[in-house]
Amino acid sequence: MTLLDLQGLTKAYPGVVANSDISFAIGKGQIHALLGENGAGKSTLVKTIYGLVRPDAGTMTLEGAPFTPTDPRAARAAGIAMVFQHFSLFDALTVAENIALGMENPPKQRELAQRIREVSENYGLPLSPDRIVGDLSAGERQRVEIIRCLLQDPKLLIMDEPTSVLTPQEVEILFGTLRLLASEGTSILYISHKLEEIRALCEHATVLRLGKVVGTCDPRETTSRDMAELMVGSTLMTPKRDSETLGDDVLVIEGLTAPAPHQFGTALKNISVSVKSGEVLGIGGVAGNGQDELVAALSGEMPVSAAMVSLDGQAIGHLDPNTRRKIGLCAAPEERNGHAAAPDMTLTENALMTAKTRLGLSKNGFLDWASARDFALSVIDGFDVRTPGPETAARALSGGNLQKFVIGREILQKPRVLVVNQPTWGVDASAAAAIRQALLDLAGEGSAVVVISQDLDEILEIADRFAALNEGTLSPAVPTAGLTMERIGLMLGGAHDMEAAHVEA
Amino acid sequence: MDINPILLLAALMVASTPILLAAIGELVVERSGVLNLGVEGMMIVGAVCGYIAGHSSGNPYLGFVGAAAAGAALSLIFAVLTQFLLTNQVATGLGLTMFGLGLSSLIGQGAKGSPDLTVSKLHIPLLADIPVVGPILFQHDVMVYLSVAIVAGVWAFLKYSRAGLILRAVGENHDAAHALGYNVRAVRVLAIMFGGACAGLAGAYISLVRVPQWIDGITAGAGWIALAIVVFASWKPWRLIAGAYLFGGVTVLQLNLQAEGLKIPVEYLSMAPYLATIVVLVMIRAGRAPASLGKSFHPST
Amino acid sequence: MLRLEKRPQPSKNWSYGAPLLAVVLTIILGMGLFAILGKDPVIAIKTIFWDPVFGQFAHFYRPEVVKKAAPLVLIAVGLSFGFRAGIWNIGAEGQYIIGAICGAGVALAVYPYDTRWVLFPLMIVAGALGGFLWAMIPALLRVFFKTNEILVSLMLVYVAEVLIKAFSIGLLRNPEGYGMPGSRNLRQYPAAANLDLISGTGFHWGALTAVFAVVVAYVMFTRHQFGFNVRLAGQSPRAAGFAGVNANKLIIVCLGLSGAMAGLAGLFEVAGPSGQILGSFPSYYGFTAIIVAFLGRLNPIGILLAGLLMALTYIGGQAAEAQLNLPSAAILTFQGMLLFCLLAVDVLTNYRFKIGKAEVR
Repeated sequence: MTLLDLQGLTKAYPGVVANSDISFAIGKGQIHALLGENGAGKSTLVKTIYGLVRPDAGTMTLEGAPFTPTDPRAARAAGIAMVFQHFSLFDALTVAENIALGMENPPKQRELAQRIREVSENYGLPLSPDRIVGDLSAGERQRVEIIRCLLQDPKLLIMDEPTSVLTPQEVEILFGTLRLLASEGTSILYISHKLEEIRALCEHATVLRLGKVVGTCDPRETTSRDMAELMVGSTLMTPKRDSETLGDDVLVIEGLTAPAPHQFGTALKNISVSVKSGEVLGIGGVAGNGQDELVAALSGEMPVSAAMVSLDGQAIGHLDPNTRRKIGLCAAPEERNGHAAAPDMTLTENALMTAKTRLGLSKNGFLDWASARDFALSVIDGFDVRTPGPETAARALSGGNLQKFVIGREILQKPRVLVVNQPTWGVDASAAAAIRQALLDLAGEGSAVVVISQDLDEILEIADRFAALNEGTLSPAVPTAGLTMERIGLMLGGAHDMEAAHVEA
Repeated sequence: MDINPILLLAALMVASTPILLAAIGELVVERSGVLNLGVEGMMIVGAVCGYIAGHSSGNPYLGFVGAAAAGAALSLIFAVLTQFLLTNQVATGLGLTMFGLGLSSLIGQGAKGSPDLTVSKLHIPLLADIPVVGPILFQHDVMVYLSVAIVAGVWAFLKYSRAGLILRAVGENHDAAHALGYNVRAVRVLAIMFGGACAGLAGAYISLVRVPQWIDGITAGAGWIALAIVVFASWKPWRLIAGAYLFGGVTVLQLNLQAEGLKIPVEYLSMAPYLATIVVLVMIRAGRAPASLGKSFHPST
Repeated sequence: MLRLEKRPQPSKNWSYGAPLLAVVLTIILGMGLFAILGKDPVIAIKTIFWDPVFGQFAHFYRPEVVKKAAPLVLIAVGLSFGFRAGIWNIGAEGQYIIGAICGAGVALAVYPYDTRWVLFPLMIVAGALGGFLWAMIPALLRVFFKTNEILVSLMLVYVAEVLIKAFSIGLLRNPEGYGMPGSRNLRQYPAAANLDLISGTGFHWGALTAVFAVVVAYVMFTRHQFGFNVRLAGQSPRAAGFAGVNANKLIIVCLGLSGAMAGLAGLFEVAGPSGQILGSFPSYYGFTAIIVAFLGRLNPIGILLAGLLMALTYIGGQAAEAQLNLPSAAILTFQGMLLFCLLAVDVLTNYRFKIGKAEVR
């Protein structure tokens, strides 16, 4: 039986058709996957269903009746609930207040707290209603979103990339919850680009590419490779290493300890690890376990005691970012817009931003714009950054292009050590492959590379050794060869305090 | 020295009232995520409009109504500029203050008042007759109590009502509030207008009760002190009262000391409220400001 | 319905066109204002904007415009560094007053010492230092206690106003002034006077400094790392931290620089056009300079033009006050409207209007 039927949905933005004639149907109690790369039009489509975007053409039918939500409230009233990829939560408010905000007619505070406890226990997602959301872990924050949805007895639950913040064990528990919901008759629209997960969970998949439906399949009976090729539209190359000659220790981190830099930050606790010349160290971990702080301590944005970080035997923990760059340590933080790059500045200016010291683009404080422009051009050429030119503002670039620019900017400075956080986050598959290849090439030339990522597949693909970051502590690094997902999950802190859903059905 | 402590404390409540009124309005504005530095401007326009409305109608309460309307109207300029044209809130607020100072002086040209117009003091039965406490707390005009009532109302609104929760949510994370389907701009425009109305009342209290007459620049920085008190109170309504009464106290004490003909020159005493503001700002560890405070919101998809 | 859409790139054309459009809009609104006040709007605008520059008595007004513009430009250029970096020094008026007190204080302390090449530079240093130190109060409180610099710098304006009143009838009062408030007149003290460099033009040392400041600031913003860091910190504070800009150092430098320049403006004013320390010395220049800074789009060249325009509204306003009986407050209101219009049209640089149904409300 069909719950939601989409017919010919089309939505165009200036310069891009986000959705073009999209039609498919979601059955009652079905777990339906929506597959596609970044920029394939998944977001626009779900925003249309959730009432945030109005289509230029096409119709939606919910349980046989025309469905035209004017805003998210109308969509919620009709039984659509959505768990956002970037949580729409309010840090300073309590769990109960956050949940009340997502409901049309919330019950009284005490009654609401009681229902939160009930629902969270029934579905194996323990949560205390009185806690301040800003203090919760990423996994717990996701539970807030899910419970907010469940309290409204939704007919359709939309989940946008829900597993990117979870450990493998937590993913299993979430899947248990979703299967339970589906068995009770709730339909689930599951958006992801992680194919193995979709194969494990979903019974139907619609694949989008460049705003169009390019195929449907039963993921349980389709190989990941086939789905990937459907999604990308071409065969994918796998990053390769030319040589694997490891040299001496280049970067040595010894007892790195630092307090949380802000209220909702994470303290670093006694982190020790070293990276050799030519080696790629992968650091995995669920978001919010100290990744940003570790990058800041290494890049120099958050100076620590001198001896905690050393490069080629020289203590550098106390140095500022530019002195570190001069010595040979470059970094690329996770957030492209506003951290690794200044969105309103041109690419030339952004190139100058981190390269001025190491490449001598500044003499006596006076800037050498001509050389900066040449450098920006070489990044654009060398990393296939699609842009009209170096005078374009960074904000005009797509996520993948800007990421290629940011990573290229650091790699072309030929650093001794490169630290990157989430190098391919939100980047399409071909750009991601190019970035990974560039990181491997850099290691091949004898640099030490630290890749911090929440994408475990990525780490297994390019790293020589793996270490897990959990609540500000780092596990010992182990070789990636022969590492299983289960083992990684345990290293990442297992399932924290989650318990398996009481699956009765 | 013979400063009567009872009169001093009673005067303190009167001196604090305009600051408290302006501050509670700004608190609501800031909790919705908007920084309006135009309090001084809205206050002084409220002062002159309240003065004219009160004296031309012969009813001081109509003066207060007029002042609130004028403050809200002026704040609409700020609301349109910052919420719809996405101007920088700091610059726009400053502009509002300058504009308000000019406009008030323009409106107030030759404004005449009659000496008979007074806001009568209440004499609350029984309570007012309690020795010491009575004269300090229970023999004031209605605006003194109204200001405290507004604080209580705002506190209850923010803590218990759904609209208050939405307002806090908008101030905390406007993108998330938008994603949940709340109208960020509408909430903020209403909050800004409430702030304007309160600032207008505050100004009228100065020109109708505290001074009471119209002079150019009559607010003399009270709007700025109100802004400081909001920070001091860590955006919590009840702490505003402590802040406002503290500054009212410094002002009144300073005036009394001047009247006593103390050795300290008058000029240095009149610095006291401003210096006290700085000292308190330094000493108080401000709580956490609303996370979206001062940021422009544009509902791009 | 009309709605805004963010441009992928800031529009170059609008970044130049917006201030002009703002001026035109303000003139239209201003004409409305003057009409409400019962004045002929065309004559009022002509009296304010045309006559002082091209009218019959322009030779009298032009030097006055230069004298008014000099402190405005000098202060606004200083402020533009902080404003670009997101550091809000709202207390330039206080730093201006303290600069005047310190600069004049040096001269009055050594009166009648008469070696100009020693005394005048000394006064300049004292003026700049006074403004600098006054600005260091909010700067250091911000760095060490995270105190809001807007409120502190502003409170210090009121304190400075009280101080200058106190000094004008106390410490710095003219001993030969028959008990009248106010210091000796520095214009009549040749070693200390800041007179026109070219007689009759109004172009005094302060104006020369202002032009110099414009040039230096222009070079800083376009060619120098400091200007780059300032812009970066203002646009993306986190990116600035990543690029190695020390936020605390930037606060101290920006506030210190704007304070020193406001102090200089105060010194040149007290030693020149104003002549003495007086309770009425505070002139609102420190506040008007904020409008000038924004009107010039925080760009040094723009600030130079905006300063001249704003000075013109003052001088023209005075003329209109004398000739048309236009209240002086009308000019303050007019200036406020100018700032509003400028801020409002600025939206066109980064957004464009689209006619069509709103995507989301």
